[in-house]
Amino acid sequence: MTDTVGGAPKVRFYSWAAVALPTGLFAWFCGLLPTVSSGQALWWELQWLPQQGVALSFLLDGLSILFALLITGIGALIFLYTCAYMRGQPHIGRFTLFLAAFMLSMLGIVLSENLVTLFVFWEMTGITSFLLIGYRHEDATARRSAWQALLVTGAGALAMLAGLVLMGEAAGTYSLRAILAQPGAITADHRYPWILGLVLAGAFTKSAQFPFHFWLPNAMAAPTPVSAYLHSATMVKAGVFLLARMAPVLGGTQAWTVILMTVGAVTAVHGATVALTRTDLKQVLAYTTVMALGICVLFLGVPGQASDGHLSSAAIAAMCFICVHALYKAALFMAAGAIEHSAGTRDLRELGGIWAKMPRTSCGILLACASMAGLPPTVGFVGKELLYGSALDAPAGWAALAAVLVASALVGTVALVLAIPLLFGARSPKVASAHRVPWPLWTPVVALGVLGIVAGLGAGTFFEALILPAAASVGHVSAHYEAGLWHGLGPELLLSVATLTLAALAFWRRSSLARGISGMLRGVSLTGDRAFDAAMRGIADVATGLTVVLQSGVQRRYMSTVFFSLVVAVGGTLLVRDALTIPRTLPQASFFEWMLAALIAASALTMILTRSRLLAICAIGVVGTATSLIFLLFGAPDVAMAQLMVETLVVVIVAIVLLRLPTFRYEIRHDRARVVRDAVISLAAGATVTLVLLAVIAEPPQRSLTDYFEATAVPGGHGRNVVNVILVEFRALDTMGEITVLFLAGAAVCALIRPRTRHRSLDDGEDRASSQGRGAEGAR
Amino acid sequence: MNTLILRETTRLLFGLILLFSVFALLRGHNQVGGGFVGGLIASIACSLYVFVADAEDVHRLLRTDPLRMAAGGLALAILSGMVGMLASGSSFLTGVWVEVLGVKVGTPLLFDCGVYLVVVGAVLTFVLEAKEPIAHNRAHTVLGRKG
Repeated sequence: MTDTVGGAPKVRFYSWAAVALPTGLFAWFCGLLPTVSSGQALWWELQWLPQQGVALSFLLDGLSILFALLITGIGALIFLYTCAYMRGQPHIGRFTLFLAAFMLSMLGIVLSENLVTLFVFWEMTGITSFLLIGYRHEDATARRSAWQALLVTGAGALAMLAGLVLMGEAAGTYSLRAILAQPGAITADHRYPWILGLVLAGAFTKSAQFPFHFWLPNAMAAPTPVSAYLHSATMVKAGVFLLARMAPVLGGTQAWTVILMTVGAVTAVHGATVALTRTDLKQVLAYTTVMALGICVLFLGVPGQASDGHLSSAAIAAMCFICVHALYKAALFMAAGAIEHSAGTRDLRELGGIWAKMPRTSCGILLACASMAGLPPTVGFVGKELLYGSALDAPAGWAALAAVLVASALVGTVALVLAIPLLFGARSPKVASAHRVPWPLWTPVVALGVLGIVAGLGAGTFFEALILPAAASVGHVSAHYEAGLWHGLGPELLLSVATLTLAALAFWRRSSLARGISGMLRGVSLTGDRAFDAAMRGIADVATGLTVVLQSGVQRRYMSTVFFSLVVAVGGTLLVRDALTIPRTLPQASFFEWMLAALIAASALTMILTRSRLLAICAIGVVGTATSLIFLLFGAPDVAMAQLMVETLVVVIVAIVLLRLPTFRYEIRHDRARVVRDAVISLAAGATVTLVLLAVIAEPPQRSLTDYFEATAVPGGHGRNVVNVILVEFRALDTMGEITVLFLAGAAVCALIRPRTRHRSLDDGEDRASSQGRGAEGAR
Repeated sequence: MNTLILRETTRLLFGLILLFSVFALLRGHNQVGGGFVGGLIASIACSLYVFVADAEDVHRLLRTDPLRMAAGGLALAILSGMVGMLASGSSFLTGVWVEVLGVKVGTPLLFDCGVYLVVVGAVLTFVLEAKEPIAHNRAHTVLGRKG
């Protein structure tokens, strides 16, 4: 009766219907493939912020279409998989929505033609992946992982934004096509080191490069479809995509080559090494993903032109490896989910001999593992040959070669571990009691596995249609690259054989190898994960400290802080700018104005000195009213009226509040030092404001705006009250902002006070009930 | 506070002040006044009423939550902006004027009415929330509950 658990039938219908979206998009991109493969780039443009040079424009070239096909194709399988995998889980509708939103933002990244749009989509993938990783939000681990992924990739994205802005400024345009059309312009710019560093920070955090890789294995807290989609085929590839996209613009320099090759090599070896020590199936796969991302970055760093002048095939190798990895990794992740779904565990120590129990899933695993280990005739074999081939060409190629050799051998070992003990080992009790795998769970695994073989057998067509056009967008590639399974008895083949031999050896001694690596890793105390925790704790501590210092809860201290800052900032500016104007003579004023000024001063003094609260409130009212009279005297009836109304209201509100408070705490007044300090601050604030006003009236008034408003109020605004016409016509948007603030203030007051009063009335009842309960407990 | 004099005066003044507030709102475009001032005047009338009556009575008089009134005002203001935008094909908040029975009426008036409602709603929210008895010695510190 699991069907009834699976939520409302309507929700299930939606999750099935959602498969149509990626499928349709996939078909559409397939239709465009022949055009793009022939070397033609398509683009669409929609104006967004034309003044800022920001357009919603999309570019479909070889690189974009490779990624778009991966995103939509694997997306379709993932959506199908989700229907069965998530059945019975809460909030399937929400999950499907997030997944679809993620897919579209990812498509946005790879299709963006504008740097700003690219960044917007980039951030959208960050947010949607946060929602997806934290989908099981009742679980503290999931929440932490979601935070971690968001903060790490978000911090990188901010750096990247700075880099993109610098790049846009350096190139004079934010349009990618225009930037790509002037290669060498950016690398020659004096801001190039900054641009490179900042953009790489974004790409490396997103693509989980060492030392930012730690968020990726933690993100395995997400449901398996998310891991399979985000953390194998798509989101983590966004960084790689960015590097590939920017390679013609930013690449080709010494710095680019050195940084990318070093970081990529370290990441690849580190990921592959750690993968061996893990026993959680998803963790193993996550670390091999880290390795694969490292390889991609490494080969994007290899310069397009080798030292002897002939064109390197590194870009082709990188593109091919992206494809290979996406195919086998998505398959293996989905298989891991299928196994967990039916056997209830994904711990490799509790799994074994699943072949007889889940033959179809096992078939898929076997095919995917063959591609992962790089066995012929899979496309993985072609990919690995290419890696070796271009590593041999690269400068400092021995380092790249060693990294690829070690990483591939270790990943080959992982593939053997997955294929042999997991599929054919002794059957574990959990597997024996496993239930059947529903078809949407195993079909995608088998489909991707078979696709790996098909692409390997038809390597020529596969390269012609997808890989070569993509590589052509990344850098100069030799146009006549012949792809195929058999390249003759070259060094590449020997290296492949060596890799497999090493893998077999490592597999044979795998337990002692894993023990050795674990021991080594235990010795390392500083990991990214721990650093992240320490940073988070540090931020919380600083925030607590600041709050303790700033938020004393004493109103007087807040006031003195505000006024003190005013004196320092504004008074300081006046002093520094030498804007002090002190009139030599007393200003000319009528008797009436002098009386008003005296009235204000007297009321202010009364307010300070009185011990009666009501008198203090009235004194404030007199100050305000006298001020509005001054406005009236100087011909601003609108301002005067508003001021008068506000004063009246303030008196009323303050009266309502103050009359409910307990009596003043007079003991405060005995603290002489404090009184003196407060007096100094208030006098200084008053003096500062006076000086500012004197400085303002020392300048002749600017009449241009006033003249404009007076001239256009009646013909343009149909009103003779210029103030009102400004409020509702010329500056209506400002007024809109103000009333929004006013409304929000009201809502905030409600939020702050209302729940508490409501709780109180509830608490009265509850208190009685709970005290009775407590009494009963005590009696017991 | 709740004296006989204040109570009887309020009864007389309440309607008058409200009427005056509408007057100030409507004349605003040509004379001293406007939505903001009108709203303030109306809030003073209501605040006086709050003084002499219970919060319950005021709620009954308003027939709605003051915050909802403010939200309605904001919606009205946005609506007036949208009308201007759609009718003139120009940008948001463009004024559109029509003549009804010899009187020029335009979306700015609608906008001003929105301002009026927001002001009244927000101020009444403050006043009514302040009027509710405030709990003595709340067990709150800035960082959270004590104990």
